[in-house]
Amino acid sequence: MAATTSPSMPMPTLKTIPGDEIRQLLWRFEDRYDLAMLVQSVRAVARGPVARLVASGGRLSHDWTPEKDALLPEYDAAGITAAYMSPEEGGFIEGPKNFAMALIAFELAWVDAGAATCSLAQHLALSPIHERGTPEQQQRYMSLAAPAPGRKTFRGAFCLTEPIPYVGVETGMLGGKARVAYWPTEEELAAGKEPILEVSKRGRFITNMGFANFVTAAVDTGDERIKSSCMVILEETDEGTYDRGTPTKKLVHQLSSTSDPVFNMKVPASRIIGGYRIEAGKVVPNHDHSSVIEAVFRRTRVGVGLMTSSKLLSAIEPLIRYHRDRFRGSGAVTPGTPRFELGLQQKQDVTHRLLEIWAAGEASASLGFATARLFDELDPLEKTKTAILAAHGIGGGMAEFKALKKRQVEAIEFLDMQDHLESLRPKARYQALAEDTVVQYVILDATANVLCPATKLWNTGYGSHMMREAVSLMGGYGITEDCPGFLSFKWMDTQLEATYEGPEAVQRRQMSVTMTNPVFLAQFRNWIHEMRQVASHDPGTGACTLASAMKLWIWTLDHLQLAKDANGAKLYQSNRQGVTFPMADALCWLLASRAQILDVERLAAEGPNNPALEDGLDGTVQFLRDLCHMQAARAAGEVARICTELVYGYLSHPSWSEPGCGACLSQNDLVSVEALVPGASGFSDETVGEGGVHETKAGPCAVHPGLNDFAKLRAKLEACMTGFQLAKDRAGDSLTKVMIPAALDYPQ
Amino acid sequence: MPYQIIVCGGLAPDPLQTLEPVNGAASPGLKNEMMLPGVLDPWASHALYEAANLARQHPGSTVRLVSLAPKAKLQQVLMTVAQKLPFELVALDGPNNGFSDANETGKALGEAIAKIELPMENVLVFGGWESATRGSGVVMQIVAERLGIGDVFLAVDEIKVEEGGSFLVKERVEGGKHMVSRCAAAPAVLAWATGNLAEPPNHPQTGMANMRVIMPSLQKATPTAVGTGMAFASASLPKQVRETRIVKDTPAGEIAREIAEWLKQ
Repeated sequence: MAATTSPSMPMPTLKTIPGDEIRQLLWRFEDRYDLAMLVQSVRAVARGPVARLVASGGRLSHDWTPEKDALLPEYDAAGITAAYMSPEEGGFIEGPKNFAMALIAFELAWVDAGAATCSLAQHLALSPIHERGTPEQQQRYMSLAAPAPGRKTFRGAFCLTEPIPYVGVETGMLGGKARVAYWPTEEELAAGKEPILEVSKRGRFITNMGFANFVTAAVDTGDERIKSSCMVILEETDEGTYDRGTPTKKLVHQLSSTSDPVFNMKVPASRIIGGYRIEAGKVVPNHDHSSVIEAVFRRTRVGVGLMTSSKLLSAIEPLIRYHRDRFRGSGAVTPGTPRFELGLQQKQDVTHRLLEIWAAGEASASLGFATARLFDELDPLEKTKTAILAAHGIGGGMAEFKALKKRQVEAIEFLDMQDHLESLRPKARYQALAEDTVVQYVILDATANVLCPATKLWNTGYGSHMMREAVSLMGGYGITEDCPGFLSFKWMDTQLEATYEGPEAVQRRQMSVTMTNPVFLAQFRNWIHEMRQVASHDPGTGACTLASAMKLWIWTLDHLQLAKDANGAKLYQSNRQGVTFPMADALCWLLASRAQILDVERLAAEGPNNPALEDGLDGTVQFLRDLCHMQAARAAGEVARICTELVYGYLSHPSWSEPGCGACLSQNDLVSVEALVPGASGFSDETVGEGGVHETKAGPCAVHPGLNDFAKLRAKLEACMTGFQLAKDRAGDSLTKVMIPAALDYPQ
Repeated sequence: MPYQIIVCGGLAPDPLQTLEPVNGAASPGLKNEMMLPGVLDPWASHALYEAANLARQHPGSTVRLVSLAPKAKLQQVLMTVAQKLPFELVALDGPNNGFSDANETGKALGEAIAKIELPMENVLVFGGWESATRGSGVVMQIVAERLGIGDVFLAVDEIKVEEGGSFLVKERVEGGKHMVSRCAAAPAVLAWATGNLAEPPNHPQTGMANMRVIMPSLQKATPTAVGTGMAFASASLPKQVRETRIVKDTPAGEIAREIAEWLKQ
């Protein structure tokens, strides 16, 4: 078998830490100058005013201080606030904004994730209106929220958290209520007068409440004249109580404003997001609160996932500098010596651990940005799909669900054709399905329904673990306020990122359902072939390892969906989270690694077109490929472990007392067998000694002939790990040579 | 009176980067220079901010940035610069570093400006007096010579236009003093020191408007060969001299007095 790379072959090394040109190619926005400018603009705010505030101790207070408040105009001036709006609403970016929002979150979190959350929360407040609001609501609130000269920017908060006093989202358990405060007479209704609602709600840990001018709040119906729950818009000038509440004593994300507000307000029914109709003397909201929230969170969660990715990548430069400079200044270490030049980088453990952080950061960023791009693709399709279905009299809810489910067959047919060589596809049929908006929507939607929770779950969960590694690689320095790059703040903050907008269990729960969608699974099978193809021309990425791991995962899923445990209970079922959740975890590893490999493939393909990269592209690509290989192997290891635990872990171990055990051969039997057929005794696993005494162990070794396929796949996967440690050694060598800036570009 | 203001500006490596001279085949360069993030040369940046300020005061004025730099690097730098003020771009795709020959650079810039074919009576050519790469301090004079402009001001900190079209120019001279000259009218070349203006904040809307014009110009950047015209014996970084004394609770006045005394030595 040929080695993927020869260890003796001289390889180009990484010359500088990947810059904007590289990132634009990896994340596919090199042609989007609007986004490139947004990045520069946000970066100037993050590494300027935000970093200065953190460095001066701005995080050490729960209150929304004037210094924190001074960041808001900075966001406005830099275009961060307006980035969410379309040009006609006062924004400057055309088309879907998911990727733009992801870039903003990434850049701000590079310095402080609380600052990123503050910006994100404004968009979160507007998101229900943007996704489901009436045209009038969209026009009013999006325009008011776009900064403009001569008027105050209207800022919002999103209020869902229920029930108090605990903190966390439980969409199905709303505590706030909407009641009818005034019902107009028939004449008044005919004249256009609206019902007046009395909205009462208490929030907890509500972001932006220190300054929000309006709130989009989820409330249940508290009146038989209101048919369902809904989301309503409350303005600070509305009649009633708009109490911002006391600041939440949170320990993280201190540059975002959070408090526990109380609302008791009267608002016209037109404040119901998405509008309402009156049927049989009842207000019928066009959207209940959960359908609005679902549309909102599936997009905003991506940005949260990318915050943690950003922090991991932001830790690289300060860590390299710390490791290199560790012994400089000591009289005993003279310039020119390896100890002076390399410091702690002389130790392999240091470089290898840093590489693992770097690889995790790259993989999670690739996954997050791939998901954001997917939503940008999905948004226009979703609108067209809704219009097409509406034209057929299908208006959302269960009717839409059923209509889309019927189209899954065609979606799978398309994906099957896509997996074949172009010359083998039935062209006309393939073209027809490719142009069918609903079919394409079904495919993208199925993918997004997995990628979004995967980004939120894996980026923040595993990212949190790796952020702790980053802090530990700084030694004692890491847990001081002086630590360059604010690493300890970033580590603490990851816990909130893993929690808010749906904690890890919520994401696992969602994935456990969406990852069994046959459309997604058809897509996933294509991805296995895709990885094999990448491996065929670029074996150094670990794509083949990953493909083997993907195959093991899907075999295991198929098996678990049919198999039963030793007690005869079905394994893959909704409330058996010991089975479903680990499978979701395993899938996340695969998705992140795949996204990382595809990004590096793109860099290798498109990089040569940029003359600015001519000097160091080879070394950069080689280094990033080595990181891919490391990450693919790590992912494969995780998948193998999880799948093995699930496949074997629900079978009972055989015991010596089982009936079949009577067939164990005695020592005398073995001697006889050996006399007849020399060597045959070696085929007997179990023996029984004198007096029927068995070997000292739990029972006969477990043998599962029905799982031979699994065992083969697993053995193949383990062999596929070949070369990844060599990749790690090579990347470690690069790490000791890479040139880093003379100083960090933000204060500490 | 509206002006046609042309600002000459090249690129410099981001000042926070590690800058290590290395000997290339033809001339010295910086280690990994093309991989390093760049900025618009800070001296030229001051000139650009002053140009925008002057243009604002004289409606109808136009600001053009004429830049000799590798096109791909320039594009990245423009993602920031273009957000700061409105301008048009004339791009020359060529080498730009601390080891370029000032004469060749001045010639290329002068020819590019001449090609715009502006009526010279309202042309002001701005640029940096120095450069953050390796300032020879002569490029702007050469540009002036190429364009046939006789009024050249160096180390400019301020321009004040008077009624009638004349303008006062404040130039730095020895001893921390300024020399004020009155120039009867454009055309003139002003090589700027730092000026008095802060860096304008980023404004993406301005950037978007600029880029619609800038991107096509960038695509049409003229390939420009700039010969070195000279040989370098060696290149090294200036030696760092660091004399740090940590003081606590010392009044600002006392610190200023000490610094002033040190400067006089």
